[in-house]
Amino acid sequence: MSRLFRFLASTVVCASIVAGSVGAAAADDDTLVGIVVKTRTNPFFVKMTEGAAQAAEEHGVDLRSYAGNYDGDVGSQIEAIESLIAAGADGILLTPSDSSALVPVVERAREAGILVIALDTALTPASAAHATFATDNFEAGKLVGQWARAQLGDAASDARIAMLDLNTKEISVDVARDQGFLTGFGIDVKDPEDIGDEEDPRIVGHDVTQGSAEGGRRAMENLLQRNPGINVVYTINEPAAAGAYEALRSFGFEDQALIVSIDGGCPGVKNVKAGVIGATSMQFPLRMAKMGVDAVVEYADTGKLPKTGADSNFVNTGVELVTDDPVEGVPSISPEEGLEKCWG
Amino acid sequence: MSDQSAPQKGASQRYDTMVEGSPEEVASFEQHARSPIQRVHHFLHVNPTAVPMLVLALSVVVFGAVANNFFTAFNLTLIIQQVTIIGILGVAQTLIILSAGIDLSVAAVMMLSAVVMGNLAVYQGMPTFVAVPIGLLCGAACGFMNGMLVTRFRLPPFIVTLGAWKMFFALTLFLSGGQSVRSQDINTSAPALKVFGTRFDVLGAQFTTGALLMLALFALGWYVLNKTAWGRHVYAVGNDADAARLAGIPTRRVLLSVYMLASTLCALAAWVSIGRVGSVSPQSFYEGNLDAITAVVIGGCSLFGGRGSILGTLIGALIVGVFRSGLNLSGVDVLWQQFAVGALIIFAVAIDQWLRKVSA
Repeated sequence: MSRLFRFLASTVVCASIVAGSVGAAAADDDTLVGIVVKTRTNPFFVKMTEGAAQAAEEHGVDLRSYAGNYDGDVGSQIEAIESLIAAGADGILLTPSDSSALVPVVERAREAGILVIALDTALTPASAAHATFATDNFEAGKLVGQWARAQLGDAASDARIAMLDLNTKEISVDVARDQGFLTGFGIDVKDPEDIGDEEDPRIVGHDVTQGSAEGGRRAMENLLQRNPGINVVYTINEPAAAGAYEALRSFGFEDQALIVSIDGGCPGVKNVKAGVIGATSMQFPLRMAKMGVDAVVEYADTGKLPKTGADSNFVNTGVELVTDDPVEGVPSISPEEGLEKCWG
Repeated sequence: MSDQSAPQKGASQRYDTMVEGSPEEVASFEQHARSPIQRVHHFLHVNPTAVPMLVLALSVVVFGAVANNFFTAFNLTLIIQQVTIIGILGVAQTLIILSAGIDLSVAAVMMLSAVVMGNLAVYQGMPTFVAVPIGLLCGAACGFMNGMLVTRFRLPPFIVTLGAWKMFFALTLFLSGGQSVRSQDINTSAPALKVFGTRFDVLGAQFTTGALLMLALFALGWYVLNKTAWGRHVYAVGNDADAARLAGIPTRRVLLSVYMLASTLCALAAWVSIGRVGSVSPQSFYEGNLDAITAVVIGGCSLFGGRGSILGTLIGALIVGVFRSGLNLSGVDVLWQQFAVGALIIFAVAIDQWLRKVSA
């Protein structure tokens, strides 16, 4: 046993020495970019980190990537930003797990002369970062809402809608997609910052999925029990959509309901092609990360801040509707085109 | 015998006359007159599932009265489907908790095994009858690791399985890249992975083979724990490990087998979960370990080990399912479901503590 222990211990020591020497061999350029994402569990953020690594390699700059352990893990993100400040980074790309809680540490980074860009999710206030490169999530929701309404035509006036959201925290992305969808469908959302305050009888109910297939199935079952006539299903992301479809199929209702979603991951686009999902709004994590790295490199070389809108620091990284059943007045691409652009 | 009191040798040798007039009933504790409260207390003490049974019956009645569609055969069987996975994890967790341990890694073992099965069957093109046993072996190996650390290195189960949870979760993400294996891909290349999602309708009720498997596992678990030597050993080790060892029970071996069997059950739950969820989605069941512990605790098992019934866990899982479904059909916001389940946990532990007061 002790021999085994010694062997293991020496392996660990050797591994650390090797890892250390690789880390010390920095790139030719001494520009350092940090990327801090929400989790490594979500392929969207995995892809974003890969995109940043590709862009950093093209520029020949050094990249360090960090992630929280779970969605909402603020502690790890604060530690990551502190490490980057200590390492003398030139710029930090951040997808905040909590938009307000990270503002103080971002301020410290800015005082240290670091360019901070929020990716995917804005800080609160948004101006706490130099710029925000993100999908317009409200727009992403609105596109699938408009598409669903056009698909139903006259029947939209007595649609029965299930809303499958993320979780009970009502984070900004969750709220913007949910309210964007309802707006696109033509429903009065009352307060656009609040999920579930609508009084339109067409909404059967909201439930949470944690963004997973298991959660999507359970939530869909629950709402079908409330009203078995549901014919429009909005889902926060494509795994939740896949789960919702399984529930509909188990009730024998897969043909009565349109499922719409948001994300544009490759499995999701394949599901659009397979007829599981009617339409999905694709976002572009690779592009988002590349724009971020480009901006940091520019700032490190010339001191120029990224160009943003006149009255806000928001830069839209684009969203495209993917469907094989296009409707008048809502621009879209086919699943085949989507498969060339998808991520994951 | 002292010298002074030995006048007649031989008289004391006649044992049959000696015992005349002495009490003849078997040794027993004195029975005091009991108050009604004490009687209830005693009844609950010897029937650990009585309290959860009562809670389940009451909640079904109440929700049946207030929520539309709740009291239908379809909805009641749907609840059984919804608790299938947590129920099977609960069987595994019960074994561990009865042995005075705790396993925080049950859901992580399950997801790791699910990803192994999905990857091998769908991406490596292995036949399902090879991929599934490899997944089950992967579960058994996880249990072997946990069990060895607990029995050989004497590390506390809480710490071991906390570490194991993180490790297995990381491995799951590494093997899956965070991406789901699509339901449609499973249908085309390995439909047998979904065998536990097969549905059949009986008079408006809907059952799945997975739900039936869960019920069978509970029945089997009850039989093994109550009718076999190994099962009694698990209780004995959980009650007092030192006493069990002195009584000749191989405590280390029993504990190791408990951890390995539990993790193998988690791998079986993985197979069932592919049928239920449709896809292999690594983000699913992140809190499954806590959900399983919740079912065990609400079912009246003592976290101190050695006391409780595995049928209690089934009832505990059903209580959580009934509350979720009932509150949902009543249109209650999701966060109040969490609140209700949290209150149930505390209520269950309070009852357990009250029952432990021997002096009542």
